[in-house]
Amino acid sequence: MNWLSSNVDRIISLSISHTWLTLVPTVIGLLLALPLGWWAHRSGRGYAAIVGTAGLLYTIPSLALFIILPVILGTKILDPLNIVVALTLYTLALLVRVVADGLGSVPHDTVAAAEAMGYRGWQRLLLVELPVAVPVIAAGLRVAVVSNVSIVTMAALLGIPQLGSLFTQGFQLRLYVPLITGVVLCAVLAIIFDGLIIWLNKLLTPWRPRTVTS
Amino acid sequence: MKKRSILSIVAATAVLALSACGGGGGDPLSGGGSDKGSAGSQIIIGSADFTESQLVASIYSQALQAKGVSVKEQFNIGSREVYLQALKDGSIDLVPEYSGALLSYLDPKSTAATKDAVTAELKSKLPAGIAMLTPSAAEDKDVLAVTQATADKYKLKTISDLTLVAGELVLGGPAEWKTRQQGVVGLRDVYGLHFKDFVSLDAGGTLTMTALTNGQIQAGDLFSTDPGLKANHLVALEDNKNLFAAENVVPLIKAGKQNDTVTKTLDAVSAKLTTDDLISMNAEAATGANLSDIAKKWLARAGISGQ
Amino acid sequence: MNIVGWFTDPANWSGSGGIPVQIGYHLLYSAIALLAALVIAVPLGILIGSTGRGEAVVAGFANALRALPSLGLLVLLFLIISPVVAGKLVYILPTVVVLVLLAVPPILTGTYAGIQSADPHAVDAARGMGFTRSQILMRVQLPCALPLMVSGVRSSTLQIVSTATIAAYLGLQGLGRFILDGRATASFSEMAGGAILVALLAIVLEFTFAWIGRLIVSPGLRRTAIKSTSPLETSVTTVTLEKSP
Repeated sequence: MNWLSSNVDRIISLSISHTWLTLVPTVIGLLLALPLGWWAHRSGRGYAAIVGTAGLLYTIPSLALFIILPVILGTKILDPLNIVVALTLYTLALLVRVVADGLGSVPHDTVAAAEAMGYRGWQRLLLVELPVAVPVIAAGLRVAVVSNVSIVTMAALLGIPQLGSLFTQGFQLRLYVPLITGVVLCAVLAIIFDGLIIWLNKLLTPWRPRTVTS
Repeated sequence: MKKRSILSIVAATAVLALSACGGGGGDPLSGGGSDKGSAGSQIIIGSADFTESQLVASIYSQALQAKGVSVKEQFNIGSREVYLQALKDGSIDLVPEYSGALLSYLDPKSTAATKDAVTAELKSKLPAGIAMLTPSAAEDKDVLAVTQATADKYKLKTISDLTLVAGELVLGGPAEWKTRQQGVVGLRDVYGLHFKDFVSLDAGGTLTMTALTNGQIQAGDLFSTDPGLKANHLVALEDNKNLFAAENVVPLIKAGKQNDTVTKTLDAVSAKLTTDDLISMNAEAATGANLSDIAKKWLARAGISGQ
Repeated sequence: MNIVGWFTDPANWSGSGGIPVQIGYHLLYSAIALLAALVIAVPLGILIGSTGRGEAVVAGFANALRALPSLGLLVLLFLIISPVVAGKLVYILPTVVVLVLLAVPPILTGTYAGIQSADPHAVDAARGMGFTRSQILMRVQLPCALPLMVSGVRSSTLQIVSTATIAAYLGLQGLGRFILDGRATASFSEMAGGAILVALLAIVLEFTFAWIGRLIVSPGLRRTAIKSTSPLETSVTTVTLEKSP
């Protein structure tokens, strides 16, 4: 307990960098996935190509990507940019398919009705199709953000400061407290981000009945 | 499906070929920045990836801050191979070093053993742009440790005693030992030891200690100031051929960042630091106390802070 | 930094720490974890799938495990058991436990979702033909569940192979050894070599499973099992898509 009170500053700064390293790629990945997913949804051949490449990207282990990226990007190995780019790629790879499938899950009747009411192209996409696809996209986004929280901790093996550094420190000093603190904080962050997305989902889909969604 | 597989294979090969051939130049493991050190008058202090190095670096940091020097801490960088590179390239300006270990790293053939001989030779072998201040009397050597049982079984007192039995023993240490003079290479060349196997663990830390007491390795690299040596009844073998020379704590600094205030402050620290101090600080760190607090207490006891 | 040079250096391919040996150890740890995960997850999945009970609890649990920081758990387990366990087991046990914890959710989800997705008409027909409960399970439900089960095992294997790199943190062998040793000796080519090997291994296994899936899944199922458009199934597919750390 002594350790906790004397290391509060460090814990806070590590949590902040962890939050940054998790949220920034998730948001950028989502923003990139929307147009790509839409294009995949529209074009039959594009779907296969995009989802195939995404699947392959997803296969590359995170630690491997953290190490290979400095070579491609020309960054140093301790640069947090590598983490951000890697996680953006993973988020993108996961969400592209989710967005495509989400848009594909909009019932044809809804699309037909919207067209009949006079909604054209962009309007229909932004005002009808995407909102209806939000629950599906939100489900995928929850998976992405929670995975990202845990993947970031792997960067501790390379010496990049985030909550994972508490694990390596606890190991070096043979102390339980930093370890447990790290695990608990990761869980807390995951719950907070997960909850944030659930709340956003409810906010963006006010027509949904107030039932519990898993 | 087939088209997708082909596309995937092409994409994968392209990415891997690109990375294998190495995009844009420089080694990602080298530090960034110019040879002159970091910009401005701020001093960036680094440390190796073990507790004691961080303790000493924290002492340097707080002592300098008390004198009004602007400081940034970047601890826990890694092994000497990594942080020395960072020092050379200017990503850090100051780091605590161990004289004998550094000398052996810079010149594996060096035979200097005593504190003064090592200091003199080290001064002449430092890379350009890097200076060393006055070494401290405090010392922390690498020791080759065995369990009491192993020492009794093979009647081991010195490292040379291992000559006949090394082939039956497994050696454990940090990964960098595989290529170091003060490591597997030196043990082989100076003592003629060929161990059964070498296991990569950590720099005199938890893994090595556990592996040794556990029986997974029979000889391990530990630090002479490690409180666990006594606590676990381990025997530190005598280094009769002086492979691990005098290893006094000494600040290593970028020449461009050296000035009167810095030199005086750090020399004062080095003068007051003793080996016993290192041992007791390590013992306190092992109980979980905050490293900066331990450093602060030492500074208060030594009467340096707030001067 | 000469990554190609690292790969072409014959010294790196021979000896007790060479590339083939490390790949071997990596696959060994992975196989042990996969086997253990199968033994745990498949029966449990069948139970949940056929009785329909406990799905919510298990789904919630599987979700929670996705947030598991494997490095943290590894270190925690090591510290807990190191005073009481001797020998190499003190390193192997935490590693296998962490890998199994990561591997169970995809297989579990794949199995029970697969059993639930077995065409109810087929099950009905089998019952009508006089099959016993276990015959229905073995001859109808399981074969129908195969596509989702294989997908789960595939996801699981990828998780395991990716995370098995952390075994090196405890001093074990495997491809993570190149990454950690390379970092310690400031040899980026070794780090990158290890990273590329892990990535290649993962990709090879991915294609192998795609091929295995095509082999053992009945052709009659293959056509309908591919594209799922309902949001419900997307969440199942999404669960099996969890990213390996």
